Amino acid sequence: MSKIVKGLYYTNTHEWVKVENGFAYIGITDYAQESLGEIVFVELPEEDDSVEAGIEFSAIESVKAASDILSPITGIVVVVNDDLEDSPELINEDPYENWIIKVEMEDASELNKLLSAEEYEEICE
Amino acid sequence: MFKYLPHTEADIKEMLAVIGVQRLDDLFQEIPNDLLGKDLNIPPSHSELEIYQRFNELAAKNKVLIPFVGAGAYDHYTPSVIRHLIERQEFLTAYTPYQPEISQGTLQYIFEYQSLICELTGMDVSNASMYDGATATAEAMMMAANAKNRKKVLISKTVNPNIIKVVETYAKYRDIEVGIVDEIDGITSLEDFKQQNDTENACLIVQNPNFYGIIEDYNGYREILDETKGLFIMNSDPSTLAVLKTPAEYGVDIACGDAQTLGVPLSFGGPYIGYLATTTKLMRKMPGRICGVTTDSEGKRAFVLTLQAREQHIRREKANSNICSNQSLLALFVTIYLSIMGEKGLKEAQMNSVNATHYLCESLTKLPTFRLAYNREYFKDVAIQTTLDPNIIDQALFEHGFLGPLQFGKFDETKKDVLLFSATEKRTKAEIDRLVEVLEAL
Amino acid sequence: MFYDSLIFEISTKDRVGYSLPISPFAKHEFAEQLLRSTKAMLPQVSELEAVRHYTNVSTKNFGVEKGFYPLGSCTMKYNPKINQDIAGMSGFNLHPYQQTSSVQGVLEIYYETQRILSELSGLDTFSLNPYAGAHGELVGLMIMKKYHLDRKDFKRTKIIVPDSAHGTNPASASVAGFTSVEVKSNLDGTVNLKDLKDVLNDEIAGIMLTNPNTTGIFEKDILEISRLVHEAGGLLYYDGANLNPILGLARPGDMGFDIMHINLHKTFSTPHGGGGPGSGPVGVAKHLVKYLPSPVVKQKDSVYYIEDQNDTSIGQVTHFYGNIGVVIKAYTYLLTVGKENMANIGRYSVLNANYIKESLKSDYLLPIKGICKHEFVFDGLIDKSHHVTTLDVAKRLLDYDVHPPTIYFPLVFKESLMIEPTEAESKATIDNFIQVMKTVAEEARTNPDLVKGAPYNTVVKRLDEAKAARNPIVKYRDLL
Repeated sequence: MSKIVKGLYYTNTHEWVKVENGFAYIGITDYAQESLGEIVFVELPEEDDSVEAGIEFSAIESVKAASDILSPITGIVVVVNDDLEDSPELINEDPYENWIIKVEMEDASELNKLLSAEEYEEICE
Repeated sequence: MFKYLPHTEADIKEMLAVIGVQRLDDLFQEIPNDLLGKDLNIPPSHSELEIYQRFNELAAKNKVLIPFVGAGAYDHYTPSVIRHLIERQEFLTAYTPYQPEISQGTLQYIFEYQSLICELTGMDVSNASMYDGATATAEAMMMAANAKNRKKVLISKTVNPNIIKVVETYAKYRDIEVGIVDEIDGITSLEDFKQQNDTENACLIVQNPNFYGIIEDYNGYREILDETKGLFIMNSDPSTLAVLKTPAEYGVDIACGDAQTLGVPLSFGGPYIGYLATTTKLMRKMPGRICGVTTDSEGKRAFVLTLQAREQHIRREKANSNICSNQSLLALFVTIYLSIMGEKGLKEAQMNSVNATHYLCESLTKLPTFRLAYNREYFKDVAIQTTLDPNIIDQALFEHGFLGPLQFGKFDETKKDVLLFSATEKRTKAEIDRLVEVLEAL
Repeated sequence: MFYDSLIFEISTKDRVGYSLPISPFAKHEFAEQLLRSTKAMLPQVSELEAVRHYTNVSTKNFGVEKGFYPLGSCTMKYNPKINQDIAGMSGFNLHPYQQTSSVQGVLEIYYETQRILSELSGLDTFSLNPYAGAHGELVGLMIMKKYHLDRKDFKRTKIIVPDSAHGTNPASASVAGFTSVEVKSNLDGTVNLKDLKDVLNDEIAGIMLTNPNTTGIFEKDILEISRLVHEAGGLLYYDGANLNPILGLARPGDMGFDIMHINLHKTFSTPHGGGGPGSGPVGVAKHLVKYLPSPVVKQKDSVYYIEDQNDTSIGQVTHFYGNIGVVIKAYTYLLTVGKENMANIGRYSVLNANYIKESLKSDYLLPIKGICKHEFVFDGLIDKSHHVTTLDVAKRLLDYDVHPPTIYFPLVFKESLMIEPTEAESKATIDNFIQVMKTVAEEARTNPDLVKGAPYNTVVKRLDEAKAARNPIVKYRDLL
């Protein structure tokens, strides 16, 4: 059973959003990292790139698979987690600690369209 | 019974019984009747003796000429050991090394091949091979367009016209616009390039030595492309890179070309081998297979296909390219060639070719009917202008067992009097003198 | 181990492996700024060192002549020796710019091969130009695109690809500038007609199918599929990877396919070469002939010539004429097999596959029952309680000198194990394989850790693939 953290927002494509001080941190769920297997590369966007809800902003590669990562919300990338460049396996180790991007949201009401931990849990079953 | 089919009547009976059907035809019941039982007009089975008779007959219908033309296919010498080694069944009859534990042979030579291509080009990373130099250039073009997310590319008019055509075909179906950068006196026009280059342009593709055999000096191009963040793609005959300034030294992003010149027989145009090498920065945008080093569970060094998430079998419609089968055995061919020749031998073979071509050119241009088309440094192809009818030259040489030069008129109406000659290290002084005699008599 | 070195690691300064005649010509000197500034670091070895090195490298490989190679979708049949000898004849080593009058023999081979492929496939004309199956797919899709554009039908930008298709299909569609629409398969692996009808519209350029499909099942509704796609204005593309089982029995052209490629390195016995060179001739129905890339070789009054149709074709896709050396091998095979034996290739490949399937279905999970064609798919072991995966089974087979089947493809099953024996294998070889597979299944039950730890008898053990991808070392210099 994969881990789901309470209080985060989720998508049915297995991304999570954590809101802190008005900024959104985006990563992939435990379920996602488990299905990908050993992650070998994270294609990162650049700071100031704009991201759009439902549109890919990154791709994560494992040995035998690759998956596009869709942004749960619309906004501007303010920080990229550069640690993932050299240590992509951090996502395997702790997918909720190791976010991919920090985003300045354009419209915080988009969060309402996302899933709660309970709703997401149902999808993973 | 037939030699490639081992099934006896008894085998078939036993096997059908296990399957639980009566007759072989029962295995095909779901195929609609209308589709079955067509009488085919195909030749009867030939015994081995009859095969030899047939192919001796066919071979006799060809006339193997001594080539005095290169233009993308060069008659270099092939050391004897290569054929013996590449025909070892372990290399010849295996397929893609997806099971690394029993494919270390293929994986190791791919790794050596990649290393050798990187040595010649100076680039950071090479893939395991492409089909030919023209498709490798087209793949490089698509790689640039993808990496830059731009829909326009530039290619110099001094690139081999067959390569330009293949690039244009690939581009057309992807809605990529191809701009041709004009030439000036046999080399790329820097002025025209500057004029056409802008931030919409993904890359510039050049060839060195170019189609006319001329060694171009591409200093300064990198800086111009940096202003618009475009990529620099160079198609080179890799054998010339034992001598000439490398793509890496010109600041190229993608080096590509045909490695046929590394000892691969002419074989009427194929199989040859395309190569494609790039920088570490662009490695993950590269098409094709890449072999890397790792360790096994006991810590032993081992080789394995890597960065596979770029490829069609994983990424499907989002793959960098659709290439799957490539020219792997030719990569082995090239690897053994370079191991046998070494840096010294490769350079010697190439400089002998250069010297033979220069002797040919100098002898020919002493005749009143021939003159050098461009007064520039050339390698082992040379463009020569003539006052004679190119077809008469062709015919006269043919009658003496020679394959004459390429006629530029085939590609460019304005250059009907220009011919592209070439000589490799295989051409003797006697052959060249004879060729000149034949042309002198015209 | 002494022989585990790279060629660079056995290199010794000043050693040579070549000999060239002394050049009689004056030495030309190039200006400094045109020359490379440092020497390429190429190996320096004697001839024997090179020969011994590559001989030892070769022994780390598994080829068809060593043992059974039931790699699904790859048709690893015997590569006859005579094909090599014929292709190596000096009379075929010609410069591609030779005049057609001086290459009539090789053009005759080209022409005859085109003709026999047409006859076997039921399509009007072939171009032998494409270098490989995926290259053939690309050419075929370019033909499809140009056909629609020429009819001023600009909306057709989508290609239907079943979820069980080879990865090259959707990838080729992208390279040709199409987007792919995936249709789900029925439980028996065939195309779901209802799903197909749902996606057919005036944006569909065509469909790519292989028949039998990658689960080894013949699309019994193929005539209906063909009718539906044609009625919707689309074309049908046949991926020839699975032509072997119907060879000489049924023809894609008669099924309604408009375009197809054939893998000469699969169906027609040319060696796979560790990943190539292959050859992927493309054939088309009559109304598409004008789109074929040059050369198409024609014959008039016993003279062979290359038809230039650059004005109407999709354009040039190779530098010269394709992999002629491979074509010569395939033509040798076609003549050797001949009319008498052609249909038996299909029959015996299907017989072998069904015999294996029936013999192993009590140990391995067979998701699609019934008669298969030349290949079939198991979804791993039936008994999954010991968590022995398809990967484990594959690795254990290595210890028994069997090349593993294709694994984790097609994607429609989680633990796919795709077996294609080919017609060339005798009952004895196949019985041995069945025995080995049963032994591995038994080991998975009684000693699962043994299987999970395999292989044991190979030159290297299981590899750390993540390490290779995280920190790519891709050339000798990276090791220094």
